[in-house]
Amino acid sequence: MSALISILEVISTWAIPLFLVGVPAYALARGVKVYPVFVEGAKEGLQVAIRIVPYLVAILAAVGAFRGAGAMDRLAAWLQPITEPLGIPASVLPLFLVRPLSGSGTTGLLADLIESEGPDSVASLIGAVVHGSTETTFYVLAVYFGAIGVSRYRHAIPAALMAEGAGIVASIAVVRLVFG
Amino acid sequence: MSILWFLLLALGLVAAAIDGNLSGFTSGALDGAAAAIRLAIGLVGMLALWLGLLRVAEEAGLTKALARAIRPLMRRLFPEVPADHPAMTAMALNLGANVLGLGNAATPLGLKAMDELQTLNPRRDTATDAMVLFLVINASSVQLIPATVVALRAAGGAQEPASIVGPTLLATAVSTAVGIATAKLLARLRPAEEASVRLEIEGG
Repeated sequence: MSALISILEVISTWAIPLFLVGVPAYALARGVKVYPVFVEGAKEGLQVAIRIVPYLVAILAAVGAFRGAGAMDRLAAWLQPITEPLGIPASVLPLFLVRPLSGSGTTGLLADLIESEGPDSVASLIGAVVHGSTETTFYVLAVYFGAIGVSRYRHAIPAALMAEGAGIVASIAVVRLVFG
Repeated sequence: MSILWFLLLALGLVAAAIDGNLSGFTSGALDGAAAAIRLAIGLVGMLALWLGLLRVAEEAGLTKALARAIRPLMRRLFPEVPADHPAMTAMALNLGANVLGLGNAATPLGLKAMDELQTLNPRRDTATDAMVLFLVINASSVQLIPATVVALRAAGGAQEPASIVGPTLLATAVSTAVGIATAKLLARLRPAEEASVRLEIEGG
């Protein structure tokens, strides 16, 4: 188990630096003018950041009101007998429910967890791993099947939700294992 | 999502009314809105850096290189799709873009793949096994580096924003493997031909 943890740590530490150097190196070797291309893409980054602001405001204001009113504490108290033995902080549960429905909603809920409980709390860490390891299932199904007019999904929804559930269970287990 | 959002506000108001804590409700909403802007400002730099790098990756043809690398795997996953069919290329390019985290490039490639898979479909309103499997892989996330999450953690002042990269990779491998296994199993349990035959009998 400790070997697995150290492998995961090495991946975490090296992935971004390797990507930051490796991608421009590969691109230069293939004759890409990396600097102007980078700047062009960075412009898009600004637009993406601005695009998500309204979603963040909507979610953080609503969750802030919910928490400020004491409703989050009530919910947590109700769910504690179920979630505590499983090692799941109750505050991360709303994120599990929203994940298959809305990507920007999930980002908002994760931002709220980081803001209210700190970025390195167990709830934030589980939320972060779930956000990164799963997708907006219903959005993907609706867009892809809708585009070609398929209305009989057969086993697509159960299989996709199984994947989603497995991702959530694995996220909780890995966070518990690596971060204690 | 509209209903969920409204429920958060409405249930918050109910809880506030029961406790007589309406000022907590109001200040919670206002603080949340202010926190959203603080976070967004922290995000801008990271997102710009990352999307700049992704543009370089795209321009260098990394998506195509990845698509070539996963071709042998694709043949085993989609044995019913001919290896030289355009659907195979589009699916490989879509998954390559997804692995790199190029969401904007992945969607049009995915739609193209669905179009091509539809040409192999005998019943146009019913999903084929290949379509379901392709969608399940898309819906289970195969991204290598969750850049938005790392950026959010950095903006929130995490000690090591990237510490979740390894754990996320492991969790996403589990979710994708379970998704593929479930899709393959369910396809065998209830094949499309059988489902459509039953449909014809029922339809008289």
